[in-house]
Amino acid sequence: MSSTSLGGLLRRPEAGAALGLIAVLIFFAFFGGVTFLKPAGMASWLNVAANLGVIAIPLGLLMIAGELDISVGAMVPFGAMTVAVVSGHYDMPIWLGVAMALSFGVIVGLVNGILVVKTAVPSLIVTLGSLFAVQGVVLGLTVLITKSTSVALSVEGPAKAMFGDFLFGGQLQVMALWWLGLTALYIFFVHFSPFGNWIFAMGGDKVSARNAGIPTDRLTIILFVLSATSAAFVGMSQAILYNSAQVAGGQSFIFNAIISVVVGGVLLTGGFGSVVGIFFGTITFAIVTQGIYYTDFDRNWSSLIIGVLLLGAVLMNNTFRKMALSATTKKKGAKA
Amino acid sequence: MTAPILALRGVNKSFGPIDVLHDITLEVKPGEVLCLLGDNGAGKSTLIKIMSGVHQPSSGVIEMDGQPVSFPTPRVAAEAGISTVHQFGGTFPLMSIGRSFFVGVEPTKGWGPFRVYDRKRANAIAVKAVQDMGITRITDGDRLVGGLSGGERQSLAIARAVHFGARVLILDEPTAALGVKQATHVLRIVNEAKRRGLAVIFITHQVMHAMAVGDHFAVLIRGAVAADFKKGEKTREEITDLMAGGASMASLEAEIEGYMASHNGHPPPPAA
Repeated sequence: MSSTSLGGLLRRPEAGAALGLIAVLIFFAFFGGVTFLKPAGMASWLNVAANLGVIAIPLGLLMIAGELDISVGAMVPFGAMTVAVVSGHYDMPIWLGVAMALSFGVIVGLVNGILVVKTAVPSLIVTLGSLFAVQGVVLGLTVLITKSTSVALSVEGPAKAMFGDFLFGGQLQVMALWWLGLTALYIFFVHFSPFGNWIFAMGGDKVSARNAGIPTDRLTIILFVLSATSAAFVGMSQAILYNSAQVAGGQSFIFNAIISVVVGGVLLTGGFGSVVGIFFGTITFAIVTQGIYYTDFDRNWSSLIIGVLLLGAVLMNNTFRKMALSATTKKKGAKA
Repeated sequence: MTAPILALRGVNKSFGPIDVLHDITLEVKPGEVLCLLGDNGAGKSTLIKIMSGVHQPSSGVIEMDGQPVSFPTPRVAAEAGISTVHQFGGTFPLMSIGRSFFVGVEPTKGWGPFRVYDRKRANAIAVKAVQDMGITRITDGDRLVGGLSGGERQSLAIARAVHFGARVLILDEPTAALGVKQATHVLRIVNEAKRRGLAVIFITHQVMHAMAVGDHFAVLIRGAVAADFKKGEKTREEITDLMAGGASMASLEAEIEGYMASHNGHPPPPAA
């Protein structure tokens, strides 16, 4: 089978991400020792990866489909603030806060998706607009309602355990389980169910995809809902975890998620990529940002490493993609 | 004499004040290749867009199997069995052959929510469909479409249309960007589609290619059918002359313009 050979493996979209991950692991193991691979060290980067990964995968799917959503940067504080204001400031049941945070995610996602589909304005611009609009709404409403930019929240019981607790009393956030579970679900839907094929087709050639009978508009809207809701979910869980929500923050998720997706082998113009690649890309990113603390380097250098990593990953992914395109003359001989 | 599958009767198309097509009457029968010839701007693309449901005629009738039909969307036309293959194949360069072949109609195995895309079956069917059309170089359904040659991509797109039951195949300059050898591949596939009883509408600039597969030729000039003739009724030189805009083209053009000026904008009946 072609995909089991070494060449076949290298041609997969996640090949670059996997090699990048190995390189980063070796780099930090060499300069920082293996501390960051011990449980406490692992928790530090797994937490970063989990929160980022829950957003990066749906964002990556949008990018595979040829769209982009930068409004996730505002949806994280929006989700956090919603649950904090509803269940903290107004002291209403936590489940109402959770439901409202998630439904705001759905609403913003619907608005993004419908605007992109109906107006044909590039999704970068549409979501840039909603990024600022939502930021304004969060700041304005929070100050109007609570006279503060920071709202406290105290959650007990099953909601705390489900969304904002540490596992086994350790340092690993429960988000890590959500991340792993959601990743498995996404892998199934994207790479095994027929729907995944539609996302790739849309990113490859939207007109042909529509002519082939794929409901491209509906699928685009669903993907926008998914990314906005995932971001609201992460914000909500963080508010429950840290017992407070701030109006600021969350913008770092925009670039961090895009970097994870691109390092993960997704083609910016759409049509190519994989969930496993995004998964690896997210871990790679998290290790670089956290691994620096385990080395003797000044942590101010971590952005440099991320920048170089990004460029290296893109070049490597380009090379692998070219290999994938030009491949098979030899393989055919082997099979025949 | 078999009845035409697809026929246009007096089709006009205007975009606002601009009349693009005038009284187009054309028909294509099963197992027949209709070559649509004409210079850029003659209205070929508008005509195929009307046949494939992208545009609607301003007036006139489209008939399928003798019944008037309308194609409000490309989807409806596709369901009626009209399949358009564009110059670059209209396929997805970074998808595998199997996956792109089955876009929108993925074969699955398993049950209920656990239905999964059946990669093996998709690959096997896609490779067989392409090989049946005579392209034996494609043996691996996991190959990416973008790694195929232009001719192979065209062939894949045509094989896909044939597999999914197209009855009318519209090929929009399939050989324009291809080398001699690859164009030959595509022409062989056109012949194979014709042998299977499809009606093929073949748009091209290359007389050699038109002569190689065409049964029936229509020349469009300024949105009107300027000449409509069967294979063997005109020599290669005459066709080349018509297409390349030589002397006869120039006289035809002048004739049509004169006729339209004196006949309330209607073009003359096509020359036999």
